[in-house]
Amino acid sequence: MTRYILLRVLLALSVALGATFLIFLVVFALPGDPIQALTGGQHVMSASVEAALRERYHLNDSLPVQYLKYMGGLLQGDLGEDFTGRPVSAIIAESWPTTAKLGLTAFALEIVVGIPLGLWAGLRKGRPVDYTVLGGTILAFAVPIFVIGYTAQILFGINLGWFPVAGTEEGWPTSYILPALVLGILGLATTARLMRTSLVETLSADFIRTAIAKGLPRRRIIVNHAMRNSLIPVVTYLAIDLGGLLGGAVIIEGIFNIPGLGFQIFEGIKQQNGPVVVGISTLLVLIFLAANLVVDVIYGVLDPRIRYE
Amino acid sequence: MSDPTTTMASERTPEPGPPAGAGSGRPSRGSVSPTRQMLLDLVTRPRFAVPGTLVLLLAVIAAFPGPIAGFFGHGDPLACDLNRSGLPAGEGHPFGFDIQGCDLYAQVIYGARPSITIAIVVTVTSTLVAMALGLVAGYYGGIIDTILGRGIDVFYGFPFMLAAIVILTALGSHGIWAVSGTMAAFCWPTMTRVMRASVLATRKLDYVKAARALGASDLRIMVRHILPNAFAPVLVLASLTVGGIIAGEASLTYLGVGLRAPTISWGVQLNTAQSYFNSNPSLLIYPSLFLCVTVLSFVLVGDAVRDILDPKSR
Repeated sequence: MTRYILLRVLLALSVALGATFLIFLVVFALPGDPIQALTGGQHVMSASVEAALRERYHLNDSLPVQYLKYMGGLLQGDLGEDFTGRPVSAIIAESWPTTAKLGLTAFALEIVVGIPLGLWAGLRKGRPVDYTVLGGTILAFAVPIFVIGYTAQILFGINLGWFPVAGTEEGWPTSYILPALVLGILGLATTARLMRTSLVETLSADFIRTAIAKGLPRRRIIVNHAMRNSLIPVVTYLAIDLGGLLGGAVIIEGIFNIPGLGFQIFEGIKQQNGPVVVGISTLLVLIFLAANLVVDVIYGVLDPRIRYE
Repeated sequence: MSDPTTTMASERTPEPGPPAGAGSGRPSRGSVSPTRQMLLDLVTRPRFAVPGTLVLLLAVIAAFPGPIAGFFGHGDPLACDLNRSGLPAGEGHPFGFDIQGCDLYAQVIYGARPSITIAIVVTVTSTLVAMALGLVAGYYGGIIDTILGRGIDVFYGFPFMLAAIVILTALGSHGIWAVSGTMAAFCWPTMTRVMRASVLATRKLDYVKAARALGASDLRIMVRHILPNAFAPVLVLASLTVGGIIAGEASLTYLGVGLRAPTISWGVQLNTAQSYFNSNPSLLIYPSLFLCVTVLSFVLVGDAVRDILDPKSR
């Protein structure tokens, strides 16, 4: 087991290195000169100030050197400063709670709504409930997320007036429920679907037939035998999805005007603020990889066969 | 993701017998490869036929938008008159006018072309790349396989939307090719993984061993023996991906990093419409409706294809 975990960690580290370098490469290639962009391209900066700024942000170094300096800083917990002198870590500290609240609310909705929906459909396989749930999930997959977003805004925000249309002024939970529902709808549909299929599969397994033959009460068969066993793929999916949800949602945060991580990245790209984009993307990718690592390890614990592959 | 298909089994018509004369003398390849019989079975199924017809219709619209847009007599999407900005539907203009005073119906019809083009380009490119790489990696294994596997892992490390936004901004180009290329860059890894797994399973089969014993070259074994028996899962994945690509393109365009005006596309229309959605909801409704129906049709077709090519998922 130790060997398996060690292997997974090494693998995750190598991928993290590759991924951060790719981010660096792409952001480095962003068009325009960030120092000129500070003054709106007006060429009003004196040559010495410009040279000092270039020195400060290592813009005179080659790409690999810049990357190494950046990674060196990252290992010491330093994510650098943006081109206006604000530490990137301060920007992250400021917007992270917003993203976390949004992501966790969406995650809670996925569990609280998705799993019961899947169970309900699975237990009523082939009946109208099942068809409705399946049809609803297909619809959730097919309608682009931004269409769902503004439809929800128009319907619940403007016409019905149940929730604020945008912004976070009213705090949690009022301002977060609507965007969280839209953010979580895809995961909710996937959860419901996985739960349903997994339950249907488990219900036809031999040990369920044995339990029925033993004369156990239906409730106990479903809760103790079927549900427990069919939850494994659902839990795995939820764990992976959590990494994505906490990584901020560029589209949702944009539509609902929520100042989280995704919002900051989008602003950073528009303003050619490379350090912000690199900093936040690196953090997101690391969170994502950490979530995958946790899933891999859990998988190894749950299913010993995987360890020896 | 799992299957929506299990419950539909009751709707399915009993398998028709082999049509007289058709396919006689041709050995069936079994369940892994599409045969004539399977195709026949597929097109006669309502779950495929209905969305399939819609997809066909959309393809016709994308190929020949002119006559269809001109159905109500005003087929030029660029014949705009600011005096008619935002006017509601009227004679010959079933959807009304957009903010620039262009006929909305013609605009929406012409908007199908870029979406469908991008979907086809991305799917075909990434499927071909995935087949080639998956074949080589799965067949030879070893160092090639390891390097490719780690490369794919790196691509998996990115949230798609984020990466696509950064790359499209870096490219600075907003044409159909830039958008297609960016999306294809994130489509091939999953497909390659599926292809590789499928090749690994096929490689060990007896007829491959037999071919090798008879002295067939690596290339011949890969192309003639493994490929035809291993590509079905990738095809399934590809057909399921098309809908997602159209939705993804629209999302990127909506955010302002994908296609841009003067390209006529649903994403561009929706991007413009979001500023007016309170006063002029039809600007939002018609493009979204077309977009959703398109994505839904492709998703359902993909589902039906999966159903027939991957009997295990039933």
